[in-house]
Amino acid sequence: MSNAPSLPTETKPAPAPVEKIKVRVDGKEVEVPKTTPDPLSGRPLPTTMIQACNAARVDVPHYCYHPKLPVAGNCRMCLVEFGTAAVGQDRKPVLNPDGTSKISKSPRPAIACATPVSPGMEIYTNTPAVKQMREGVLEFLLINHPLDCPICDQAGECKLQEYSVEYGKSESRFVEPKVHKPKHVDLGPRIVLDDERCILCTRCIRFTKDVVGDDALGIVNRGSYNTLTAYPGKQFDNNYTLNTVDICPVGALTSKDFRFQMRVWFLKETKSLCTSCATGCNIIIGSREEKVYRYEPRENDAVNSSWMCDSGRLNYKWIGRADRLAKLQGPGSSAIGWSAALKEISEKLKQAAKGSTALIASARQTNEELYLLGKLAVKLGAMTDSVPRPGEADKLLLNADRNPNSLGARLTGISADPMGSNLPKIAEAIKSGRIKTLIVFGEDVTELGMSPDLLGMLQTLIVSDILPNATTRLAHYLLPGCAHAEKRGTFTQTKGRVQRFMKAVEPPGDARPEWEFLHELILNTTGQDGYASIEGLFNQMAGEVPAFKDLSWAGLGDSGVSIPI
Amino acid sequence: MVIDDLTEIADKERAARKRYTIRCCMAAGCMSSNSKGVKEALEDAVNQAGLQQMVEVRGVGCMKLCCQGPLVQIDSATAGATFALESNEVGPLYQKVTPEDANSLVSTLKGGQTPVQRGDPRHPFFSAQLSIVLANSGFIDPERIESYITAEGYQALHDVLRELTPKDLIERIIKSGLRGRGGAGYPTGLKWATVGKAASQQKYVICNADEGDPGAFMDRSVLESDPHSVLEGMAIAAYAVGANQGFIYVRAEYPLAIARLHAAIKQAKKYGLLGSGIFESPFNFNIDLRIGAGAFVCGEETALMASVEGKRGTPRPRPPFPAESGLYNSPTLINNVETFANVAPIVRKGAEWFAGIGTEKSKGTKVFALAGKITNTGLIEVPMGTALRKIVEEMGGGAPDGGKIKAVQTGGPSGGCIPAEELDTPVDYDSLTKLGSIMGSGGMIVMDETTKMVDVARFFMEFCMDESCGKCVPCRAGTAQMHQLLNKILAGNATTRDLQKLEELCYMVKNTSLCGLGQTAPNPVLSTLRFFRKEYTDLLMPDAFGPRPNAVNGTGHAAAGRNLAPTEGVPSSGK
Amino acid sequence: MIATLFNAKHDRLPKILEHASGDKRFKILEAHMKKHQFRQDALIEVLHKAQELFGYLEDDLLLFIACKLKLPASRVYGVATFYHFFTLKPNGRHTCVVCLGTACYVKGAAKILAAVEERTKVKAGETTPDNELSLLTARCIGACGIAPAVVYDGTVTPRQTPETALDHLKGWIGHGD
Repeated sequence: MSNAPSLPTETKPAPAPVEKIKVRVDGKEVEVPKTTPDPLSGRPLPTTMIQACNAARVDVPHYCYHPKLPVAGNCRMCLVEFGTAAVGQDRKPVLNPDGTSKISKSPRPAIACATPVSPGMEIYTNTPAVKQMREGVLEFLLINHPLDCPICDQAGECKLQEYSVEYGKSESRFVEPKVHKPKHVDLGPRIVLDDERCILCTRCIRFTKDVVGDDALGIVNRGSYNTLTAYPGKQFDNNYTLNTVDICPVGALTSKDFRFQMRVWFLKETKSLCTSCATGCNIIIGSREEKVYRYEPRENDAVNSSWMCDSGRLNYKWIGRADRLAKLQGPGSSAIGWSAALKEISEKLKQAAKGSTALIASARQTNEELYLLGKLAVKLGAMTDSVPRPGEADKLLLNADRNPNSLGARLTGISADPMGSNLPKIAEAIKSGRIKTLIVFGEDVTELGMSPDLLGMLQTLIVSDILPNATTRLAHYLLPGCAHAEKRGTFTQTKGRVQRFMKAVEPPGDARPEWEFLHELILNTTGQDGYASIEGLFNQMAGEVPAFKDLSWAGLGDSGVSIPI
Repeated sequence: MVIDDLTEIADKERAARKRYTIRCCMAAGCMSSNSKGVKEALEDAVNQAGLQQMVEVRGVGCMKLCCQGPLVQIDSATAGATFALESNEVGPLYQKVTPEDANSLVSTLKGGQTPVQRGDPRHPFFSAQLSIVLANSGFIDPERIESYITAEGYQALHDVLRELTPKDLIERIIKSGLRGRGGAGYPTGLKWATVGKAASQQKYVICNADEGDPGAFMDRSVLESDPHSVLEGMAIAAYAVGANQGFIYVRAEYPLAIARLHAAIKQAKKYGLLGSGIFESPFNFNIDLRIGAGAFVCGEETALMASVEGKRGTPRPRPPFPAESGLYNSPTLINNVETFANVAPIVRKGAEWFAGIGTEKSKGTKVFALAGKITNTGLIEVPMGTALRKIVEEMGGGAPDGGKIKAVQTGGPSGGCIPAEELDTPVDYDSLTKLGSIMGSGGMIVMDETTKMVDVARFFMEFCMDESCGKCVPCRAGTAQMHQLLNKILAGNATTRDLQKLEELCYMVKNTSLCGLGQTAPNPVLSTLRFFRKEYTDLLMPDAFGPRPNAVNGTGHAAAGRNLAPTEGVPSSGK
Repeated sequence: MIATLFNAKHDRLPKILEHASGDKRFKILEAHMKKHQFRQDALIEVLHKAQELFGYLEDDLLLFIACKLKLPASRVYGVATFYHFFTLKPNGRHTCVVCLGTACYVKGAAKILAAVEERTKVKAGETTPDNELSLLTARCIGACGIAPAVVYDGTVTPRQTPETALDHLKGWIGHGD
């Protein structure tokens, strides 16, 4: 769709200071801006009660409200009572005898998600009436709900369950027959819909329409027959469909990929990053017993808002592939230990004439690894480069650059300008016999103009990778590395945000984090000692690489820091 | 078009006035009883009698006493007077006319006799009426703009454009005390002022002609009988608020009204009364029709706007109010048909004149569609504050066949049933609200002793359930639950606990629904429970274990003290 | 592109357009859309016209409209199913609409409906198996002054009773008995 809106992640001009107003939430005074930018257009909209409640750290239960979507106001769960500052005939505030302004309580409750705050407003979220309304709304929502929690994938992260604990009744007062609707609806290649579980909050509809710009979903019929659907025979098939599973507050939309795989409460959550393109979407890895089960987007308004694309989200299965490189190999595919291998390699490197080594690193590697490889390259006088990975971009999140750390490769000086332009030169130099040693990290150079025959001319081919390929098969030394989920590190995403990711699972077999063995290799080769911890390594890099000046591992926090580029 | 042109058209019409005018009702009610055939037969009869020079057969709008249709009335007039109104020479009224009656009716003009049943134009049904909105209804030919112009049509628009600033105009409407005739009764002038104040290049005026209340046909009659009065009112409103585009949202169930509106808009454009530079002023205004497609909820203004935009007619939360951000996100004025029809008369005759009619807080007149178990069904327009008893007993002639009136239902599915004991209540916004009903758009259904009130409540609940848009859960699920409970009660399978549940649900749905449909859907139940609780309790099964501790005790005491005080919370039981 | 309105996977559309080229009614419908300048907010008007031309709104017809008005199919489908006036399945040769407005109801419309349902052996909203008659109900047609009213093939008929209604339907139902 040509009118697909883009997320407001662009650097916006500094907004004019917004007027603040004071309101009270359950007696607690809180100051909020009079307007809050619209999550989609950035246009200032009146600040709403629910935003004020959030500011006051008062939880207001809700289903249809989502901070990143337009307000619908249909679930009625966030109804609160409120009062406004009374205004007299003279349009001046009416005062109580003690000088405080008089509050006139509204006779009707209001939905917190859609009602703007006004100066002096008092919001009551804990009155008996509010509690009763919440109970009533919840009861209505459950009237037609199948209550099939034992087999529901949403169980454990379902808002119906969550609020039922707080506001549910132990028995339904209504025994009349439930309205039956379609189950197991094949909505698209990645999504299954259970219309009976659906509470018609329309979050998914608003997301696909207003965020993605694909008006694929809609409500059909009317009243209690209202049903969520795509057009008959039409597939819900854009690259962001799985976000609807995340925002579905109940178990109506489920992911075919994750369906029936694992109860969510067994999953360990690890803060990480998506590595499928240069956008660097923040994610949470859900894993159990060294197996990754799913990626979910993690909110970061500077990068990916609350979303990620389906292609990135589903690109995790390689981590657990059975053919992962798990064996450290020396010459002739011989078994060898890490310290022996690193010693042998550093000996070879020390002996190599300056300028006879080339180094091809991957822009899928972390800043720290690229920084260490850079140090090695300087010592060896090596020609370096990394490999561009172009694709097609969309207007939302997917970047044309499919490397997660191209910018890091550039800033650490590893990649040529433009990236990949040194690759033919390296091939030529191997051919001419000038390059005798080649170090390859995470790339299959046989695809890059270096045929197996050409590689056969090398004296030493040192390869580190995660999965087997033609290059790894030719390696004299094969150093099994780690998927990002198996180590810590940082990437610099396309707009210059340096973001860190954490370790979710253990690497298989001999595999070790690259930065760890690189640290050892450099010590052996150059005698330069570095840091044996990722924190120390990052901080050291920040001190040496100008682009990362003033950064620190701790300072990156969970959402990263933007650097000028 | 200038004022002289208007005068010229009117003069020409008057000059063409013939000695006799046979007015034949051509509104939908009478048309369904073949009034078209009657009119054609009358024309033939006039021709056969060679009276073409003396007699005009005129198709007119609603002549009000629908139950006796097709209606025909024969006026005689002195030269120069175009309307019976002007000459005060209302002639005999003939009822239930068939095409076969045409010859004998025409023969009366030459002293002949007719066996056709005569109505009494002096009956209170007619004489107690005060017509502002319906002043032209039944007199002018709704398909000819000249007929409207002759009845001072478009004078008010001219005067407004020439003599009044929008501010003065709004001031005049405020002073008149006109309140919205769609149901809620919001002061029209204030609404106009809010839209007028909104800063926007683009504003809209919408006429809500989605008369959805079952049992209401006032707006249909106005549109069929005097479409130009609505167009003129809209144009004046547009000038007041600064809009240049109007929409009339008519329900598809009213094909005749749609056809007449189409014709009226076309004629008004032809005469330059709509379009650019109206009356040679800088004011531009166009009106388009939008046809509904069978959705009661589209009477709710935000849902209506969604429907005008070609979307599902579901309401949205307010604020923002339509006056700030309405149709296509522009400031929008929405009034209903009857409200607009009041505008031109107020401008012509002055705010003081209008404010002199009615009660202190409800000014002017109100049109009601009188229907149900009542002798004279049809359309009436009475001053605000007229006692309900006067309407149903004197004007309506009471229940037919010697029956006894039991209740009067006003406000449709959002309203309530007023019991016979309360018939002395004056009909105005506040009095009806006090009785748990509402003025509504003007449907007034009379019920006699044979009507079962629980069944009536079920009827309205079924209506609301079917018409719930389903957007918000209390209305979507609540109306269905209440309907099931009412069915259970009617089937004799319910206990006091079910009745208690029903009442709890009523308050829950009322307090938590998104729009007016859900918020008022419980009203028919609550009002029948208030006045006819015994009819409910009589249907309950005896409770095997005796009443539960919190059960409603069946005498109505439990309802006391629960008068919709949301500040005290939603009552959870009869404590 | 994230998603296109009618992406390559949508193989039905070319077929519909081809089909449409041979049917005069599609031309009339398109002319009607042109009259509204193919404006998206004219969707309800266009659906009215489509139903008038085709009798009901089938899937392919809705897709045709969606394509011509450049509207998402989901939206056209949502609108067509929201309004009671639109029907997605064909009606019978004749229609009988019993008004169930308040005035008609208190004057016995429910009895008329019950009688017709019993005689035709179909429920309100259904069509007889021989496709002769669709029995429908309305939520007030505004003919309260002449209640109870029934609309036979578009003609509003006043003051009906179960007897007059069955009499009216005689020619339309139960051929052969």
